Amino acid sequence: MRTFKIGGVHPHDNKQFSAHQPITECPLPKQAIIPLVQHIGAPAQAVVAVGAKVKVGELLAKAGGFVSANICSPVSGTVTKIGDWKDAWGAPGQAIFIDVEGDEWLPEIDRSQDIIRQCTLEPKAIIDKIAAAGIVGLGGACFPTHVKLLPPPGKKAEVLIVNGVECEPYLTCDHQLMLEHGEEIIIGIEILKKALGVDRAIIGIENNKKDAIEHMEKLAQAKLGIEVQPLNLKYPQGGEKQLIDACIGRQVPSGALPIEVGAVVDNVATIYAVYEAVQKNKPLISRVMTVTGKNVTKPGNYSVRFGTPIEEVIALAGGVPADTGKIIGGGPMMGRAMDHIEEMPANKRLSGLLFLPEAESIRQEEENCIRCGKCVQACPMGLEPYLLQRMGELEMWEECEKHDVMDCIDCGCCVFTCPAHRRLLDGIRPAKAKVGALIRERNANK
Amino acid sequence: MKQFIVAPAPHAHSGDSVRRNMLLVILALLPAYAVSVIEFGWGALITAAISVLACVCTEWCISRYLLKEQKQTIGDLSAVLTGLLLAFNLPSSIDWWIVIIGAIVAIGVGKMTFGGLGQNPFNPALVGRVFLLISFPAQMTTWPVAKGFATSYLDAETGATPLYYLKYIVKSYGKPEAAQDIANSVKALPDIMDAFLGAMGGSLGEVCALALILGGIFLICTKVITWHIPVAIIGTVVLFAASTGWAGILPEGLTTCDYIGYELLTGGLMLGAFFMATDYVTSPMSAWGKIIFGIGIGFIMMVIRTWGNYPEGMSFAILIMNACVPLLNKIRPQRFGEPKK
Repeated sequence: MRTFKIGGVHPHDNKQFSAHQPITECPLPKQAIIPLVQHIGAPAQAVVAVGAKVKVGELLAKAGGFVSANICSPVSGTVTKIGDWKDAWGAPGQAIFIDVEGDEWLPEIDRSQDIIRQCTLEPKAIIDKIAAAGIVGLGGACFPTHVKLLPPPGKKAEVLIVNGVECEPYLTCDHQLMLEHGEEIIIGIEILKKALGVDRAIIGIENNKKDAIEHMEKLAQAKLGIEVQPLNLKYPQGGEKQLIDACIGRQVPSGALPIEVGAVVDNVATIYAVYEAVQKNKPLISRVMTVTGKNVTKPGNYSVRFGTPIEEVIALAGGVPADTGKIIGGGPMMGRAMDHIEEMPANKRLSGLLFLPEAESIRQEEENCIRCGKCVQACPMGLEPYLLQRMGELEMWEECEKHDVMDCIDCGCCVFTCPAHRRLLDGIRPAKAKVGALIRERNANK
Repeated sequence: MKQFIVAPAPHAHSGDSVRRNMLLVILALLPAYAVSVIEFGWGALITAAISVLACVCTEWCISRYLLKEQKQTIGDLSAVLTGLLLAFNLPSSIDWWIVIIGAIVAIGVGKMTFGGLGQNPFNPALVGRVFLLISFPAQMTTWPVAKGFATSYLDAETGATPLYYLKYIVKSYGKPEAAQDIANSVKALPDIMDAFLGAMGGSLGEVCALALILGGIFLICTKVITWHIPVAIIGTVVLFAASTGWAGILPEGLTTCDYIGYELLTGGLMLGAFFMATDYVTSPMSAWGKIIFGIGIGFIMMVIRTWGNYPEGMSFAILIMNACVPLLNKIRPQRFGEPKK
């Protein structure tokens, strides 16, 4: 079994709460809130007006740039408002509000349960369909998928790496998706292989999901050029660069994209969305979310239409547990603690909701750095977190840049492992933001 | 509207703590301590108790009355560990007041002067030990002979350590007039098995190599320390001792293998390699830094052992390499995606 070579930590995976819970459909909301930013890149631009009647699958907002993504309507009804809105973390943005009426879909969308195996489209047509469907990476980064499929000139993809790692503790949505829709994912992989013109695909799955490894291996057997790579359990194996290293032993250089080493990485949930878009004409309008936590009454995996207020999903899982201290959007390692849950819709970015009891929500008091070097050992990028934090605090931006602060992937291994409970990332994140801004400024002046 | 706690990710922690690490090191020292209690009796018990107590008191007093800290740090157990390590480096028959002076220097000068745990450039226990070695050379180099559970604390017999004989043997090479003394020295060396198990003279905690190695392996397995420093030190010592043997310096009756064995198993090597050089605060951060640090210690120690005036050089070697740590920390770890160095 393989894994990535540098650093990493072993948090308890805590997947027992929601693992193997069948994917449950969340009922339609009365009002859907559709944020215009659900991806990395430029915000999408609304193409509907207040008062417009929309059907499920209709385009609501079109990509606002090269790196951006379409947003299609997840519900049918009337647009009541397009305007300011704040997300669960307090960040302001724009959203489209729709009063839901019935559930009327665009006629071209195939809503049957049939699996369509044949795909005769040309690569260009496949990529166009993916772009039209507004598909973004559902593993967390939300990078528009069609952009990844168009390698820059001179670069050639050699291998498609499928991310079935789900290394974040607690989350089980990708695991369950592989178990329930493995065949569709395999078809999606074949479609992407065709779009990229590669003849090899590797599905990386960590070995805490043995049933998923077996299931995908069985399905992949009949197909040429699709292999399953079981991986040793280690966080952050789902990180793009770590996964490429683990699967094919190539390390993406600092500042470069995976295509530099001939790899394109896509998450299993993204690939399922590709299957639905290409074979069933269904744009990305819903995703599977894990709602979990030690004290959640009905932890599970819920298929939720975007725009559904998360309060409704939480109600389905039995409500907010009484002693909840923190609600995290995503997993415990990289997810963000929510300030409130009102007016916050499910969207492309939200892979799960995790309820942490109060006792686990409070950060321990910091002690002196004892220079044990455990953060250096844990850092999967081979950085020196203790040093970067200090330099960040002292605003030594040039030194930060020289010590490769921009390579930090925000995985949290250093903070997780620090025996002195030092908040290393609290110093590194601002340094990264500042150094990034300085680099952009410098490049603009050239 | 309920208020939730907001804090940046990650929201999980390994559960590791400074206290846990210190506690594990103390645990790992216990087997060696048990052996010295058996070998040296009350002396070992009393010296260690005084040392630990004096270290903890010094830290408490300094942070309470001099630094006027609101929060005491003795709970992290680092002062207890310093006290124990200091005691391990002292002869068990040493006067109690010397122990107290050592503890005050170790914690006061070696650690608190710089701002407490994490800030000190030199290993505090070794600062204390070397201070005593220079101030009280006679008392510091008079070791009781190990003889089971001795009941009298102050009247133990004293004897030279194996390192003393080894140095004499190597230093007297090529002097025909010393031939008889060399032969006597070879005879005076303990059995290699005794050296391994600890039935010989020496400082309180350093006699039983077996117990120290077991403790060290325990620390590596529990991930408190990494293998780099101990392996680098031991490897360097083996190479150095082997080349002494290959140079043909050793007299009859002392094989190269035995010589390597004595260098490894006697003196402060094992204690130093697993417990003193690996002190978090005063050792480098990156793997390569640690390896160079270990090689430096092994080399300097063997130079002192072979040519220096002191029979043992572990403390000096570690302190000298401690001074190089800021420089060694300039060695970057292998970055992801960087061509192999």
